[in-house]
Amino acid sequence: MKTRMVQMEVLRYNPETDSEPHFQHYDVECKEEWVVLDALNAIKESIDPTLNYRWSCHMAVCGSCGMMVNGEPKLSCHAFLRDYEGVIKVEPLANFPIERDLVTVADDFIDKLKRVKPYLIPKKDQPIPEAEYKQTPAQLMKYRQFSMCINCMLCYAACPEYALQPLFLGPAAITLAHRYNQDSRDGGRDERQEIIASNVGVWECSFVGACSEVCPKAVDPAGALQQVKVASTIDWFKEHLLPGGGK
Amino acid sequence: MAKSNKPIVWSLFAAGGTLAAFLAPVLVLLFLLVALGHPPALLGYDQLHAFAAHWLGKIFLLAVIVLFLWHAAHRLRITMHDFGLRQDFLVAVIVYLVAAAGSVLTLLYLLRI
Amino acid sequence: MSRKPYVRKVSKTRWYFKHPRYLRYMSREVTCFFIGAFALLMLCTVERLSEGKAAYESFIAAITGPWSALGLTVVLAFALHNTTSWFNVTPKAMPVQIGEDFLPGKFIVGAHYAAWLIASLLILYFAQVI
Repeated sequence: MKTRMVQMEVLRYNPETDSEPHFQHYDVECKEEWVVLDALNAIKESIDPTLNYRWSCHMAVCGSCGMMVNGEPKLSCHAFLRDYEGVIKVEPLANFPIERDLVTVADDFIDKLKRVKPYLIPKKDQPIPEAEYKQTPAQLMKYRQFSMCINCMLCYAACPEYALQPLFLGPAAITLAHRYNQDSRDGGRDERQEIIASNVGVWECSFVGACSEVCPKAVDPAGALQQVKVASTIDWFKEHLLPGGGK
Repeated sequence: MAKSNKPIVWSLFAAGGTLAAFLAPVLVLLFLLVALGHPPALLGYDQLHAFAAHWLGKIFLLAVIVLFLWHAAHRLRITMHDFGLRQDFLVAVIVYLVAAAGSVLTLLYLLRI
Repeated sequence: MSRKPYVRKVSKTRWYFKHPRYLRYMSREVTCFFIGAFALLMLCTVERLSEGKAAYESFIAAITGPWSALGLTVVLAFALHNTTSWFNVTPKAMPVQIGEDFLPGKFIVGAHYAAWLIASLLILYFAQVI
């Protein structure tokens, strides 16, 4: 089995003893097909058991292992060592506070996901159906892409507007709201608009597009946010120009 | 959390950006030809005056100038924010005032023709 | 065990130097300086036009020359950059769904370029350049 010695600089931070994070160098023997996560596991198993990081599925579906690899937000299980040369720099996901080593404080993200009401809200005055909701394939396609989000937070790490304005709801949360707004079974769009059409909602987005570039599941949050802007603008004109607010 | 009023300026930005995307290169080219000493016939006084005197010409010129101004104003507001100038309210007031003044002046000058 | 989360500072004025994709974004955004400047130039043109032949022709003379040509070339470059970047993102903002499928982005982008070419040629024809 072909192996090579990989050099890594990993950002360490121990809240109990450190005032600041610092890089620690590791030389780790890696198999050629390994990903960054495998290298981290090898470090933890044989070199330094004190290294902390999140991971779970090792197949890019759980969204746990997001971190910065050479300055780029990546899932460490999805970052192949063969694509990197020289020293590999590994840091916790950008734009989130560091809890310990490569573990970030994700509370702000979780809070924002909750705020957009990411669940089906029944349409007003609609009796509870006696059978299942029916949805055509065409209706499903309207939101399917946006339902693929694995909540990995890479988009928040890439978004410069989130870096500059922490109150910004952010790409994944707004995309999730859009996913439900587009769902034919849902009647909660008005409620969600109150949140996502605010100044810290979609209007903080300036369409940098970095979020879609780093998304490992091709959700295209940038596209979703532009669609939300268009829909919110049409709403605004209806509310302000039509009698009765277009309702 | 109240819904934002950004849609009003964003729609001007989007309309202006779309118009600029389609028309700005060729319009700049016309002026570039002037600078290079080969002015297009349309930019000669008689022809341009006749164009601007017609109500369709006025609408075209008004739409192009006004929408370009509002597009640039809103984008400049965002860009200043991105460059680190964080007094958003102040920047917004300045850029939109300039766009508004420019819009009013354009209308006034066109009506004189 | 005590918690003491560490917040990493981001430069408000130099963040865009951290990655080429941010520089590309800023290059797109600064096209607004040039579109705005050109709009002001057109405003001046209209103003001079309203003042009569002498005023207008001295304005035309003033914008004829190498510095003006250089400046307008820069404006043209940024105007083209705005055009290409704008067209490339349009399919994302307005996806066209036909049944279960989405129209591939390249058709939407292609249609925009075609319309742009036609509009530009029409204007050049109208201005008697071609």
